[in-house]
Amino acid sequence: MSPLLYVAQRGTAVILAVAVAVHLGTILYAVRGGLTAGEILGRTQGNHAFLVFYGLFVVAAAVHAPIGLRSILREWTPWRGRSLDGAMLAVAALLVVLGLRAALAVYVA
Amino acid sequence: MNAPVPTPSRADPTVETVPGATLTVRIRRDDGFQAFTVARRPAQTILDVVTEIQREQDPTLAYRFACRVGMCGSCAMTVNGRPRWTCRTRVAAVAEEDGLTLEPLRNLPVVKDLAVDMEPFFEKWTAAHGAFEPGDAPPADFAVVAPDSPERRAVDAGIECINCGVCYAACDVVAWNPDYLGPAALNRAWTLVNDLRDRGQAARLEAVSGDAGCQSCHTHMSCTEHCPKALAPTFAIAGLKRATARSALKRFGARHFRRSA
Repeated sequence: MSPLLYVAQRGTAVILAVAVAVHLGTILYAVRGGLTAGEILGRTQGNHAFLVFYGLFVVAAAVHAPIGLRSILREWTPWRGRSLDGAMLAVAALLVVLGLRAALAVYVA
Repeated sequence: MNAPVPTPSRADPTVETVPGATLTVRIRRDDGFQAFTVARRPAQTILDVVTEIQREQDPTLAYRFACRVGMCGSCAMTVNGRPRWTCRTRVAAVAEEDGLTLEPLRNLPVVKDLAVDMEPFFEKWTAAHGAFEPGDAPPADFAVVAPDSPERRAVDAGIECINCGVCYAACDVVAWNPDYLGPAALNRAWTLVNDLRDRGQAARLEAVSGDAGCQSCHTHMSCTEHCPKALAPTFAIAGLKRATARSALKRFGARHFRRSA
């Protein structure tokens, strides 16, 4: 892993540490408070703070996960080189697309 | 740096033995394990045991040693599954039910029996730029290095490495990734990164980065746990991670921002 990938992974880890805690806390709050799906969507719809938070969360996860996955694959399989880096870029792109799609869907719904 | 070695007292349980007691030693040879029986002796070390077997029972047994006093780093082996320096390891401290299992160091090719080829270990030392680089024009005068400066203290923390290979054998990352430079080479690089006289820092930081470099360390701390000199290569590697990150960010900033500013 290059030093820049290392910095990117550690930096996004800091973001994820906060984002995951807020995410789980929100889920617990919503479930224990007995909110319905409609009531949850009523709060997220058009909520800029929600979109910015989950947008950042998705991008951080999309940067963080492929870097770690690349290290795991290099250690446990003989996969190396440009094909591995390309595949990890594809994983990052997939995470961004799926994640932002989900966040936008809840924001717009 | 080194703590004085205490003189063993006669009451020390690691020194005293029961008269007539024996020790069963299983040694990994080229064709599997071979068992030997050796008399227990006061203050007996693992190296004493191997030497006794070679001199009195089987002269074909291969192993390596030189100084016998914990300075040369030649005699490391795997003792009951853990890498250790055998000249300073007492039998009484590590024997399990009056038995010992001796194997060559892990992660290095075996030459014969308990002797491993240290060539890959020292090649990585070189690859990590483990030699002092005075630069093209060494200063005419002595460099002034304050003994209590943070850099000098960081050097002190890692300078006593004896190249025994124990940390290299203990490291799981080396086992998974044979290209990984390993704790000893990275620890050496960190001592030189903190040497203000050295003029090869950019190349060294480049050499210790990447998939074979410090960023691959998992911080398992096996090297620090097993180091017979009580060094902490894990913290040296953490220092290299910080230094390489700072250097890479500076280069990245210079390339992408300063030019356009």
